[in-house]
Amino acid sequence: MSMNTRIINIASNTFREAVRDRVLYNLIAFALLLTGAAIFVGQISIDIERLVVVNLGLTAVSLFGVIIAIFIGIGLVSKEIEKRTLYTVLSRPVRRWEFIVGKFFGLAGTLVVNTFFMAIGVFGALLYVAHKFTRPDALILVALYFIILEFLIICSLALLFSSFSSPLLSAVFAFSLFVIGSFADDLRGFAGLTHGFMRWVATGAAYLVPNFSTLNVISAVAHQHSLGGQLILQNTLYALFYTAMALSGAVLIFERRNLK
Amino acid sequence: MPAIEILGLEKTYMVGFWRKRPKRALQPLHLSVEEGEIFGFLGPNGAGKTTTLKMLMGLVFPTAGTARILGHEWTDPEVKAQIGFLPEQPYFYDYLTAHELLDYYGQLSGLPGKDRKRRVDEVLQRVGLTDVKGVQLRKFSKGMLQRAGIAQAILHNPKLVFFDEPMSGLDPLGRREVRDLMEQLKQEGKTVFFSTHILSDAEALCDRVAIINKGELRGVGAVEDLTSTVQGKVEVVWQGTQIPASMKALGADCHVTGDTVRAVLPENQQDAAIDALRRERIRLIAITPLRTSLEAYFVEKLQHSETTAGKMA
Repeated sequence: MSMNTRIINIASNTFREAVRDRVLYNLIAFALLLTGAAIFVGQISIDIERLVVVNLGLTAVSLFGVIIAIFIGIGLVSKEIEKRTLYTVLSRPVRRWEFIVGKFFGLAGTLVVNTFFMAIGVFGALLYVAHKFTRPDALILVALYFIILEFLIICSLALLFSSFSSPLLSAVFAFSLFVIGSFADDLRGFAGLTHGFMRWVATGAAYLVPNFSTLNVISAVAHQHSLGGQLILQNTLYALFYTAMALSGAVLIFERRNLK
Repeated sequence: MPAIEILGLEKTYMVGFWRKRPKRALQPLHLSVEEGEIFGFLGPNGAGKTTTLKMLMGLVFPTAGTARILGHEWTDPEVKAQIGFLPEQPYFYDYLTAHELLDYYGQLSGLPGKDRKRRVDEVLQRVGLTDVKGVQLRKFSKGMLQRAGIAQAILHNPKLVFFDEPMSGLDPLGRREVRDLMEQLKQEGKTVFFSTHILSDAEALCDRVAIINKGELRGVGAVEDLTSTVQGKVEVVWQGTQIPASMKALGADCHVTGDTVRAVLPENQQDAAIDALRRERIRLIAITPLRTSLEAYFVEKLQHSETTAGKMA
């Protein structure tokens, strides 16, 4: 059996676990939030319905997904070690790196499916308030794509922390990085203002944390600003590179870990 | 070719938070298990049995040493397609049904679709879980989980099966079923390596055993050899509850159990005891030389290791 098949099997099981643990129930909360917002905005605002729905909808997609990515991601490895479910997996012809990669794709798949249903909700709410779709609305798809790239990075970071620390610490690390990364552009700006040794430290830190600010185009899309193809390419390459690095780190640590 | 060759595997953990200090969990272990035998790995709790099994499964990395399984390096992932493993007190994905769990493990073991479906149904039947195959594991009792654990260990028809405390959590009937299953596996030509601290199970099942205590191998050999030491006494069993006075005069230590009497007496008094029973017209059931039990051997080895450790200290 090929390694690809094993990775797919582990990913499918991770997805099944998320579904059975009712992770997708968050969609109900999301739907209620968006429906309420659409009705509310439709009644009181003048000409800014679209702006509010797109902003609120995409921000909710991002936040709901980040919370899921962190809280499932941090348990992906540690929970399997703690409950010893890993023993009967790794005593089969499964490489440790295949397990990590399979887990990653399982969680990423869960988030993509979740985002897909949320996207339907966002477009539905938009249609409700604006009564029609316009060409700039297609940019919402780009924003959703960037949100998914954001999820990939967070999933890989949660997995990285999960491979060596407790779920609580992993959650703290992952959430801190998400917050810092959301202000990565400001951090880079600050690094540019410093001098000497401090400049090296600040620049290093600014480039080490994930740059979520470049992936956040929600405001631009809400205001119907155009997004260049170059940005899409840059963000794609950046997210894939960062994810690959974080996953490699997780694999390197997990390959050496004793499962006591 | 031995099924398992352990060549000096040892494990030292670093313990402590601030000042790390080494703690040796397993002294260099040398052990060989032949193909087709049931091998018992005996020791009290914390002796190093599970550490050894985890190292063989690649879950824990040894500090030094190596091992060969079925003629291959034990780290070779493809070897794992030919081995089955039941961890101690197994816990499985409880959101899955028994059928789904085995199907998933079958996928990971590389069983092709059609074959996998057949094997899953076969092993569910074998461990008596067919009726509950659609029930989620979170609703299973401890004994049922143990059965599911055994099922996943033998699912892919492995040549070598490792069981870590397989009788743990089972009622007497369940223990009997596991013992029968192990004997069936042996008859199918498979090698069974199991750890336990229940000596009666080991004595009834094993061709050979190894005794480990405090991370150190204390003895290894065929159960018959370890228990063959004749103590110069015989056990005489007869029907009824009557104990002839002449029997007591021979120095017999008699115990009445139900409608039989068991007497232990010196070997040289055997003929006199038979004569005494004949005179009283008592029906003799059996005369057997008294041998060392595995339990006695085990306790002796453990006490010896305690004494040695005490002297060294």
